[in-house]
Amino acid sequence: MDLEHIRNFSIIAHIDHGKSTLADRILELTKTVSGREMRAQVLDTMELERERGITIKAQAVRVNWKGQELNLIDTPGHVDFTYEVSRSLQACEGAVLVVDAAQGVEAQTVANAYLAIENNLEIVPVVNKIDLPQADPDAAATEIAELVGGKPEDVLRISAKTGDGVADVLDAIVARIPPPSGHPDAPPRALVFDSSYDQYRGVVAFVRMVDGAFAAREPLRAMAQGTRFEAEEVGFFSPTMKAAETLDAGEVGYVITGLKDVSRLRVGDTLTSERNSAPEPLPGYKDVKPMVFAGLFPTDSDDYPDLRDALERLKLNDAALFYEPETSQALGFGFRCGFLGLLHMEIVRERLEREFDLDLLVTAPNVAYRVLERTGEWLEVHNPAEMPREVDAVEEPYVRASIIVPKDYVGPVMELNNDRRGRFDHLEYLSPERVLLAYELPLAEIVLDYYDQLKSRTRGYASFDYDLAGFREGELARVDILIADEPVDALSMIVHRDAAYSRGKALVERLRQEIPRQYFDVPVQAAIGSRVIARETIKAKRKDVLAKCYGGDITRKRKLLERQKAGKRRMKQVGAVEVPQEAFLAVLNLNDGSKK
Amino acid sequence: MSESVRHLYVHLPFCAHRCGYCDFVTVVGRRGQHAAYVKGLLAELELEREPLAPQLETVFLGGGTPTFTEPRELERLLAGLPAGDEVTVEANPETVTPALAALLRRSGVNRVSLGAQTFQPALLSVLDRVAGPDDVRRAVYHLRDAGFDNISLDLIYGIPGQKPSDLDADIAEALALRPEHLSCYELEAKPGTRFTHAHGEELQRQAEAMEGYFACVVETLVGAGYRWYETANFCRAPSAAEGRDLRSRHNLAYWQGRDYLGLGIGAVSTVHGTRWRTTPRLGPYLTALREGQRPLRELEPLPDSVRRAERVMLGLRLDEPLPLAPVAEELDARALSRLERLGLARRTSFEGGAGVRPGECEDALTLTTRGRLLGDAVTADLLA
Repeated sequence: MDLEHIRNFSIIAHIDHGKSTLADRILELTKTVSGREMRAQVLDTMELERERGITIKAQAVRVNWKGQELNLIDTPGHVDFTYEVSRSLQACEGAVLVVDAAQGVEAQTVANAYLAIENNLEIVPVVNKIDLPQADPDAAATEIAELVGGKPEDVLRISAKTGDGVADVLDAIVARIPPPSGHPDAPPRALVFDSSYDQYRGVVAFVRMVDGAFAAREPLRAMAQGTRFEAEEVGFFSPTMKAAETLDAGEVGYVITGLKDVSRLRVGDTLTSERNSAPEPLPGYKDVKPMVFAGLFPTDSDDYPDLRDALERLKLNDAALFYEPETSQALGFGFRCGFLGLLHMEIVRERLEREFDLDLLVTAPNVAYRVLERTGEWLEVHNPAEMPREVDAVEEPYVRASIIVPKDYVGPVMELNNDRRGRFDHLEYLSPERVLLAYELPLAEIVLDYYDQLKSRTRGYASFDYDLAGFREGELARVDILIADEPVDALSMIVHRDAAYSRGKALVERLRQEIPRQYFDVPVQAAIGSRVIARETIKAKRKDVLAKCYGGDITRKRKLLERQKAGKRRMKQVGAVEVPQEAFLAVLNLNDGSKK
Repeated sequence: MSESVRHLYVHLPFCAHRCGYCDFVTVVGRRGQHAAYVKGLLAELELEREPLAPQLETVFLGGGTPTFTEPRELERLLAGLPAGDEVTVEANPETVTPALAALLRRSGVNRVSLGAQTFQPALLSVLDRVAGPDDVRRAVYHLRDAGFDNISLDLIYGIPGQKPSDLDADIAEALALRPEHLSCYELEAKPGTRFTHAHGEELQRQAEAMEGYFACVVETLVGAGYRWYETANFCRAPSAAEGRDLRSRHNLAYWQGRDYLGLGIGAVSTVHGTRWRTTPRLGPYLTALREGQRPLRELEPLPDSVRRAERVMLGLRLDEPLPLAPVAEELDARALSRLERLGLARRTSFEGGAGVRPGECEDALTLTTRGRLLGDAVTADLLA
């Protein structure tokens, strides 16, 4: 197919604004799937994705519309996967920007629109869900035009649910989005914008051919990582895998690599031919690093090998997941895992629990820190318990956050951001009613419960998005928790010096409530170095015995005892103290009032 | 080859009214059914007589309010039961008249357990008890007059609104009656009772303060010359009782893991490795026995490991050492060492245990005072 007849595009939208429904309608309308095959939201393959209404792994589907070859590249819909989104967008020339007619522009809409503009994409703005009774298409169209430039009347108005206006979207894609540029005769270069792992065929790379062409059985090389392999098969999705003889310049398709590990082929890398190698890779490759870390421990220590196997298998399909063995004196053997962000962490945890049937204890998440040691060397710390006590400087990651709220909630949001060490950047009125607040915030301040707080302070109206802004030095202190004079590694935290006292106090108080009374008094302390900053005492219990126990009570009493015994078995031994697993999550639930 | 059963429990469910805190199987009123029920009990006894020894060690009539049963029927029942060395009847103070005391005496009863609960009128009404403090004293005098020399009083502490001074007063009042035996129970808010509904939250609030009450009860009674022989039970020490062992022999049988047969609705039996609970429903119970059938029962097999665990659980309630060898398999040796270090348990030697030649010792386990106050947690730790 010559380049003039190809259009490559993505659909970008805030969560639940109708991206997947629009994709489904496009597949139907172009007869790519028959009505019988039509399963709601074909593109989202994983069970979790459908439940959460988000797309984790991108796929690309080829459809035909009035003699044109249209490649729809699905993008992951969430902030944690910004880099993946940007690679998917780089594979396109245009994007359909979908906004809910009832909700208007949201934070993710803004973030995605900016990403699309940065990638020089032609934007086809669409207002969706015009069939809803509470829809206000004109207001949404005005907001969207304001955001991406252009006139409100050029914004298409559709209902993906009923199919109304979807054909116009396809026509607009052909009319407004330019065909791919590229050199069919140059040495081949293909952008890897996603990959997935298939048990039988190994790593499947999703690529956009920029220059030249690939054929099946051709020896290929990933230019940044240097990985070499033979293309076992090339082809495209329509909507299922269809093998082709070649993938040509401008096209979107897949390459079956036979590689056994997704980490050997990273998103953003450039594939070229071994025989006819391109001199330069495509620009923009980044090695994405995890920023959020947490310890994952099996509830039952016998499950450790199962957890290791499960992480190994997840890693096959998730190059961004990082893990290394961790031994905690309190929680035993487990893994310290690194994630792109909170959602990524949640997804991994849920998959481990759901698909691998593991019962997990996940410690409070923390961010990556860069520490300047007394020796003058920089060290990256992923675990508060590993933070050296004597340091010259500590740097923590910051994010650029955009928060969109109705104007009445600006005050509460600013207050929250001030509590969280936010630096105000600017404020923008998107419409007379809605305001965009731009802040810089330490990532550490949002990994715990920022989003929940934001939602509750704005009655659920706020939308929030962020991207990383780099590391900054901070006045940070390591707070250790001692239970009966034993430091508990799993409860150490790194906090801003100004908050150390109140956080330490709140955590110690919380632990006093969570840890059951023991046979002896148990002091619980928070300390910075050797200085104790907060202390509580769990009073010894004086009585624990059922008064009556006669012939008719024995069975009931034995069952109570068995339950008591089972409860004890779930406890973790910290020195001589039995600590319930829930206590290790106490730091997650410190109420916000204690953070000021 | 199985040993015959030497302990018999008979359940008499009838009560004048139901107290709010009670979760026993009781039947209010139904005077017309007392005769039928006693007939049923005796029929059930015939069906179950096979494992019973000809001469029993103990017979215990519990309730309900056994002394609320029509005197004629009560007498008929006592006459129909096998003889026992210790025959106990539970009684509510207001039911004890000189006539009743005499009836019990001539029917072979030699021990009476009186449900005094408290001597404070306000607290008695919280418990829905009918008897007043004077009824308790009067009942004791009537029993003494009839010749009873083994009387037990039940006390309840931890009643909502009970102050430490109320507890002291209760103990003093009880001691003034010179009972041979005392049972002291912390009030338990059993789920589903009217009482828990009304006072559950208050009990939870006072729970921590109540912890001290138990230690206080133990201290006072031991100071007054009583032996704290089981978690909730005290008897006059032999030195203060002309050398008599005044422990409840019937209840000791439970705590020592012996077999027992229970008759009546809701009664539990443990015989030759099986435990069962007879239907708590009066109608079906009577119907089955009228037709010569066993009433419906809920069966629970007791494998050896469960029996051993129960031996530990029950044995550690007593002040006598628990021989270790028979239960060693069930114990967590590390937990035992830890409990010893914490001063909650003590390994001792025990002379003349079963399977040991005279003069030789066997290892045994006792709990310290603190260990006994924390008995449930300690037992949960000890069991492997």
